[in-house]
Amino acid sequence: MTGELVSAALGGERLSLARLLSQVENDTAEGRAALTSLFPRTGRAHLIGITGSPGTGKSTLVNRLAQHFRTDPQRRVAIVAVDPSSPFTGGALLGDRVRMRDLSGDAGVFIRSMSSRGSLGGLAQQTAAVAHVFDAAGYDIVMIETVGAGQGEVDIARLAHTTVVVEAPGLGDDIQAIKAGILEIADILVVNKADRPGVENTEKALRAMLELSGPARAMQHHGKRMAVAAPAETSPEVWVPPIQRTVATDGSGVSDLARHIERHAEHLRKSGAWSARERARLEAELQALIQRSLMKRFRERIPDVDYDRVVGRVFEHTLSPWEAAERLIEGEAP
Amino acid sequence: MNTRKIRVLVAKPGLDGHDRGAKVVARALRDAGMEVIYTGLRQTPEMIAEAALQEDVDVVGLSILSGAHMALTPRLLELLRGNGQADVKVFIGGIIPDEDIPRLMEMGVAGIFGPGASTEDIIRDVHAAVAK
Repeated sequence: MTGELVSAALGGERLSLARLLSQVENDTAEGRAALTSLFPRTGRAHLIGITGSPGTGKSTLVNRLAQHFRTDPQRRVAIVAVDPSSPFTGGALLGDRVRMRDLSGDAGVFIRSMSSRGSLGGLAQQTAAVAHVFDAAGYDIVMIETVGAGQGEVDIARLAHTTVVVEAPGLGDDIQAIKAGILEIADILVVNKADRPGVENTEKALRAMLELSGPARAMQHHGKRMAVAAPAETSPEVWVPPIQRTVATDGSGVSDLARHIERHAEHLRKSGAWSARERARLEAELQALIQRSLMKRFRERIPDVDYDRVVGRVFEHTLSPWEAAERLIEGEAP
Repeated sequence: MNTRKIRVLVAKPGLDGHDRGAKVVARALRDAGMEVIYTGLRQTPEMIAEAALQEDVDVVGLSILSGAHMALTPRLLELLRGNGQADVKVFIGGIIPDEDIPRLMEMGVAGIFGPGASTEDIIRDVHAAVAK
């Protein structure tokens, strides 16, 4: 059954692809077997992450970018749009397609909505696997739109080759821009809704943040341009994240943004960073799989009664969680 | 967390711009633990069928208040069948005159909910239809 689904999906059969994506998303045995058979075909697509706070216009921007990429009819575009699941019911309302209606009717675009299914970090556990499927199915560009992320949701940087962080005027004061986390993962910064007041301030704050973190050779100090000792690794190979203004609703700035994205891919390939990122990403995936698999095996080895008793003792404070973990792993049931 | 979830597409075909009912239902289904893909206003049957395919949904919920249900529904059912998704259950909510209900059910609609239908009934019927 898996073999048929895989070959039909690879042959361009869209319903088979959709069903394969469900198997992978549900992490079924069929889905895992399919991923194994697809794996040799992966590694060709450019994975582009689009992240940023809720309401900055990520979906609208993805819609425009996809339209732009599709001006080359040979280039096929997949979009994975992740929205949060409810922590209480496990249900989810996936609404990113509302902003992507312009892509309807284009057979070279495939949009798939995903619930985060309880994962933190802005992606679902299976998002990387879904991206692999699109890659193997011959999609040249896979855009991954994260859950509207705050400052901690940085998983996308590990998955994507190019991470685009979208900001908008008026969302936070300057100090927000210096905070660690989401801005540091940006390969490209976008100030969307650039037709709104406050765009200069947002851009200025982002630029200041880049000057503090990046390999600057000179910076402004009391109005004077001062030379700063550049770090030893500063060279033309160092990527300085560009800041691009866009108005996603009317498309302005989008072709410039697409050019930055393409330039970034070129930079990664030339500098060798592309393969370094691929290696790091695959290693992270492997680690996550090992963790899940070990956890599953461990839980299978311990009868539920024993496990519940240990949890009970920890709850009563007669056993510390540190000791409990160690002894359980050693095969004891304290 | 990798149990299979019921996936539902909630769509508003036609030209009326009133989507409160669709949103209430989408939310209720979400709160019942389903994954609801909401596509917004003014969708053509073609757009709905395409989204249903890409999202591999179990259920499509249409909200129709414009009176165009006798034109939109058969077109959507035909497109779903053409795409190999004859097994997708189609529900309609909105203003549907009583005399149209038997004909719509005959076409293959799984259920019709008028004004005043409770979200509990909708959730129960969706669960029952998917289990079939």
